[in-house]
Amino acid sequence: MPRLVSHPDEVKIISRRFGQGAENLDKYLELDGYKATQLALEKGADWIIAEMKASGLRGRGGAGFPTGMKWSFVPKQSDRPKYVLVNGDESEPGTCKDHLIFLHDPHAVIEGTIIAGLAIGAKMGFIYLRGEYRYLLKIMEKAVADAYARGFLGKNIFGSGVDFDVVTQTGAGAYEVGEESALMESLEGKRGVPRIKPPFPAVVGLYGGPTVINNAETIATVPHILLMGGEPYAKIGSERNGGTRLFGISGHVERPGVYELPMGYNLKKAIYEVAGGVRGGRGLKAVVPGGSSTPVLRPEEIDVGLDFDQMGKAGTMLGSGGIVVIDDQTCIVEFALRTIAFYQHESCGWCIPCREGTDWLKKTIGRVHAGGGVDKDLDNIRYLAENMMGRTFCPLGDAAAMPTLGFIKKFRSEFEDHLNGKPCPYARHEELVGA
Amino acid sequence: MSTPATTIFSPETAARFDRLVTLYPVRRSALIPMLLYAQDEVGYISDEVVKEVAQRIGITELDVRNVLSYYSMLRTKPAGKYNIQVCTNISCMLRGGYEILEHCKQRLGIGHKEVTPDGQFSLEEVECIGACCWAPAIQVNYDFYDELTPEKMDAVLEEYKTGRGKETR
Amino acid sequence: MADVTFTVDGKKLTAPAGTLLIDACKAVGIEIPAFCYYPGLSLQAACRMCVVRIEKMPKLQTACTTTVAEGMVVQTETDEIKQARKATIELLLGNHPLDCPVCDAGGECELQDMTFKYGAAESKYVEIKQHREEQQWSPVVFFDRPRCILCYRCVRVCGEGMDVWALGIQNRGVSAVIAPNGQDHLECEECGMCIDICPVGALTSGTYRYKTRPWEMTHVATICTHCGDGCKTTLGTRRSNDGMEIVRGDNRDKSGINGDFLCIKGRYAFDFANRTERLTKPLVRQADGQFKEASWSEAIDFAAKRLREIRESKGGQAIGVIGSNRTTNEENYLLQKFARTVLGTNNIDHHRTVDYVSFAAALAGKSERTASLRDTANAPAILLLGNDPTEQHPALAWNLRSNVRLNRARIYIANHAEIKLRRQAKQFLEIPKDGYASLVQYLAGNDSVVAANEQTAAFRDAIRKEESLLIIFGSEFRGRDIQALVEFGLSLPNTKFVLLGDYANSRGAADMGLLPDTLPGYVPVASAAHFADEYGAVLPQNAGLDLLQMFDAAQSGNLAALYVVGSNPVTRYGVDPAVLKNTFVIVQDMFLTETAQLADVVFPAANLYEKAGTVTNTYGDIQLVKKAADKAGVRSDFELIVRLADRMGADLKKLVPFGRGVRADMGQTRGAQSGEADRHSVWLAAHGLEPKLSPFDPFATLDEIQRLVPSYSFSRLELLAGSDQHAKSELVQISAAPARRDLVLPSQDTLFTSGTLGRYSDKLKEVLDSHTTPKPVEAAAD
Repeated sequence: MPRLVSHPDEVKIISRRFGQGAENLDKYLELDGYKATQLALEKGADWIIAEMKASGLRGRGGAGFPTGMKWSFVPKQSDRPKYVLVNGDESEPGTCKDHLIFLHDPHAVIEGTIIAGLAIGAKMGFIYLRGEYRYLLKIMEKAVADAYARGFLGKNIFGSGVDFDVVTQTGAGAYEVGEESALMESLEGKRGVPRIKPPFPAVVGLYGGPTVINNAETIATVPHILLMGGEPYAKIGSERNGGTRLFGISGHVERPGVYELPMGYNLKKAIYEVAGGVRGGRGLKAVVPGGSSTPVLRPEEIDVGLDFDQMGKAGTMLGSGGIVVIDDQTCIVEFALRTIAFYQHESCGWCIPCREGTDWLKKTIGRVHAGGGVDKDLDNIRYLAENMMGRTFCPLGDAAAMPTLGFIKKFRSEFEDHLNGKPCPYARHEELVGA
Repeated sequence: MSTPATTIFSPETAARFDRLVTLYPVRRSALIPMLLYAQDEVGYISDEVVKEVAQRIGITELDVRNVLSYYSMLRTKPAGKYNIQVCTNISCMLRGGYEILEHCKQRLGIGHKEVTPDGQFSLEEVECIGACCWAPAIQVNYDFYDELTPEKMDAVLEEYKTGRGKETR
Repeated sequence: MADVTFTVDGKKLTAPAGTLLIDACKAVGIEIPAFCYYPGLSLQAACRMCVVRIEKMPKLQTACTTTVAEGMVVQTETDEIKQARKATIELLLGNHPLDCPVCDAGGECELQDMTFKYGAAESKYVEIKQHREEQQWSPVVFFDRPRCILCYRCVRVCGEGMDVWALGIQNRGVSAVIAPNGQDHLECEECGMCIDICPVGALTSGTYRYKTRPWEMTHVATICTHCGDGCKTTLGTRRSNDGMEIVRGDNRDKSGINGDFLCIKGRYAFDFANRTERLTKPLVRQADGQFKEASWSEAIDFAAKRLREIRESKGGQAIGVIGSNRTTNEENYLLQKFARTVLGTNNIDHHRTVDYVSFAAALAGKSERTASLRDTANAPAILLLGNDPTEQHPALAWNLRSNVRLNRARIYIANHAEIKLRRQAKQFLEIPKDGYASLVQYLAGNDSVVAANEQTAAFRDAIRKEESLLIIFGSEFRGRDIQALVEFGLSLPNTKFVLLGDYANSRGAADMGLLPDTLPGYVPVASAAHFADEYGAVLPQNAGLDLLQMFDAAQSGNLAALYVVGSNPVTRYGVDPAVLKNTFVIVQDMFLTETAQLADVVFPAANLYEKAGTVTNTYGDIQLVKKAADKAGVRSDFELIVRLADRMGADLKKLVPFGRGVRADMGQTRGAQSGEADRHSVWLAAHGLEPKLSPFDPFATLDEIQRLVPSYSFSRLELLAGSDQHAKSELVQISAAPARRDLVLPSQDTLFTSGTLGRYSDKLKEVLDSHTTPKPVEAAAD
């Protein structure tokens, strides 16, 4: 069972029911469960969207798109049924926050799904969990069944006259399916290859119907926002970055874990105070701030607020909130290799720059790390990554190129230390290929 | 597109599949879960599984193969009864994921995607399994074991070897 | 949609809103490179070669998925874009085997062209290339995985275009691979479209691979000799020991009536021409009953002498002539003229695959009522009665599928079998095999003739609501049934018709009067005054013997001679060999067919790929046949008829009105060799010049056809330019079909058969065998 952590600086909104037994529906109801849904049923779609807009909630999957705005893009009238799709395909290395939501607060996800459905006029929602999360799927399935049993789902929910169905779905191992249109393809029983956009999902999405697709954390936050009010929620965070979010701090820290911190919380503080600093009193070499696809920060760059805008200004991204801390005994080339090996493994193969680019990056960085690198390799790594950036079919190419560029630009000397037959200065694994 | 007269699956699984195809606006949405559950029962996606699933969904076997080959959890060869999946992605790597993998290789005497001669264990190096803050972590079939050390890993293996391990599907 | 104005590379352009940028650019000559984009197939945006810079857009955009918009400003070839394309090619080449020197696609490869254009010459990697063994997926399809760039064109053309869905994509990332539906082999229609559409040499042809280089071939676009669709096939020929050998057939030309399409027969079944059993020397039966090779003059003299004797002793009525479904219009016309003026007989017929005479009679005087093959690709509504186009008219099937997919055409099908095209049908009605005539009556309003139900009623209602309908029907309709169907069709507001006959020039055989009762243009033999005037001859006035009557006559000793041109009636009609034992039989053919084996004289004939002229497909589209191949020892049917006539003492100037047009040097001035002059005539034809020097000139006969057959009064210029010309059915001079026996015998060919000719194609045979004996399933492709 994943260990829960806590710290005084935390503001527990999404995580307030963690560890309270809220997967049990009665317990959940005790903890204000399904109040938000009933409120939403009472107040209607316009009110929901207004509150969501006021909350300043931005997508917790990583792109940070304002949720209220996303919902408002869905056309009111549609010939085809509309759908809500919850993205629980949590797969970005360094990220394990949704894991805890499904484990400890499954009904919050259901509630958020219903409310999103009410907001856009959908009658059906899907909660898609990555295939590896089978034990969490079972928890979700039970929660859904319990909700049906109480009339919270199905026909005439809460006696409101509104129908709403929720179906849970499992993936089967594919990072790319986390991309929203690839997720829809997967849910339709196809290969997880993204779709051409436009049209965007809000107009033509799942089964051709207008679809709102949100990250599980985003969805789980929704009921809390409606209960506390959009504006109060917004005030917790920083400018244009409402509320709190779950930050998973992993790697070389004393107290790794998932912490709920207000948006804009200082990254350095998060590492040194919240997570207890670098493990064993070692020095800090680097921080990957928001999942493996976000460009690395050097120690002198981490005095920055954890929100979408401040991280952008710092030349990186807030991403999925997975903060990976790297100590000074770590080989950055190996870290870069493990990162690109992941993207190479997960590239769907649809477009040339990503399919071939990730492979050549993996081969080249792998060779450099193993001591077979030559001088031109370092320029070529950069050249490859630069020529992938912005040129691929979907963001996976960028997700692979961005961190690579970060490593080669900010830690070039470490790469140089490996060239021309030199062994890894950190005596790390020579042949490391990834899964 | 039909329920086959004879099925290769257990009555429970067959009943589950009968229901599964009715859950979604299109039958095909049941494909990926169906393949995964079929694998849970059969051990891998055999030609027979492909055939029956294609028939149940109402698509060609080629369609099924196109999809199943995309997803890394689906396999077309048997794995061990207990498939040890060791995450070596960044967060786990930083906290000893490769040491766990190496340890498993030595303890089980098999490498990546190999099966022990008695068919009890298979080993797989996998990508991030979403347990980064509790690294290093592994999955045995669908069960998570986290904050591992070689010693704790030994205990996990021992549990399964002696038949006391969890068997969830 | 309304037009929008936008700027590309500084040029102001206008195109309908919604046009894809890549298409809009191509229309004005700005070529944006692309591997995955293919007009008419679904969009992929996968190769990233078509990236362009659009103002106000943060990233490069793919021109294949961007629709033009008002005020859009686009750059298509800046340094940034060139670099992006170069980088993409470098990535592809990283693992590409670069076996261009031996690759079939070398010289015709889009990857090669792009590499040349964007200069991706530097090798950035030191890793060993991933090698995979080539795989054979079918008798005609080979897959060379390392060459594949994953553009998915093959997958789409097979699925979306052919509705076969035999190719898929498996695995992911760099392991992604094109995979066949049989795991290690293909189970498909063997059309080879995947090979044609492959931009590189990943998919190669079982007939052509490793045979030659593209630039070593002469490429001649001519008309396929097989079914009645009349597709253009581009034949790649190479000089061989005994002429010009065909080594490849494909559709790289794409200018033909068939657009993107070509089926297995047009693509691979040219190999009969290269068979070693081909006759190359005339054969004359000796007193001992054995054939003996003879010289051309001996054989022709012998045959002509006997024909003349019989004509003089027994009269023309003792001679029969059977023509071909695969010879040119000029040859067919000449054959009937020879029969009627030189032999003096109306005993002329051919293997009739449908009843064109009744069709012509039903439509006489009605203008714009027959549809071109092209029309089938864009007619808004189609009623298909009988036939199975997927097997018998593959190009039509392609057009119908594309029409549904791209234009949302409505197809209504009534058939006695569940034909594959029902998958595209808006409504499908299964009817009894003998229920077609009743169905037409029902459609026309007679409720009592069929067991009407909701489905039939809906079918009829839908058809009658159509404002414009194309009725396509097969050999299930004959005689009065055709008349009734056409009458029903004409009762609807705007109807066109197609009658589906079987072979490359079946329509031409009927149009050109290879019939005992009608002259060219379906003129009844009794009202042939203007023909007699033109021919300067007296023509027999009474209808002659039809094909079966000829054999009856032979059996009863009343047919002294039979002249068979490119036909195998003995097998087709199951004629007892004994029937012909007292008949002098002359056969012109490529092979010693069952009919030829009974002959007294056999002339080795050229096939449609070895001659020039015109053919008419079953839709009435007249197209130019160009000489592509050459075989020493054979003569065209045209030449043989002329020489036979000459030796019988006919006036050749009357038979072939040559020498009237522009004269051209046929090589006499430099002493041209045999065969060379004919190739020269191909060159002349290609340049719009018509040689009119010799009695062997088919175009002189075409002049005469155009004078005498008003429905063939098309533009000669357009024909020579390679355009198909539609016969004008309203100008057919027939008012009612003559009362006659129904001699229609549908060939029942499938995708993999083609009458007697098909039996001589090794490739068709191999494919047929592989389809009847399924291969065991082995390990997966990867």
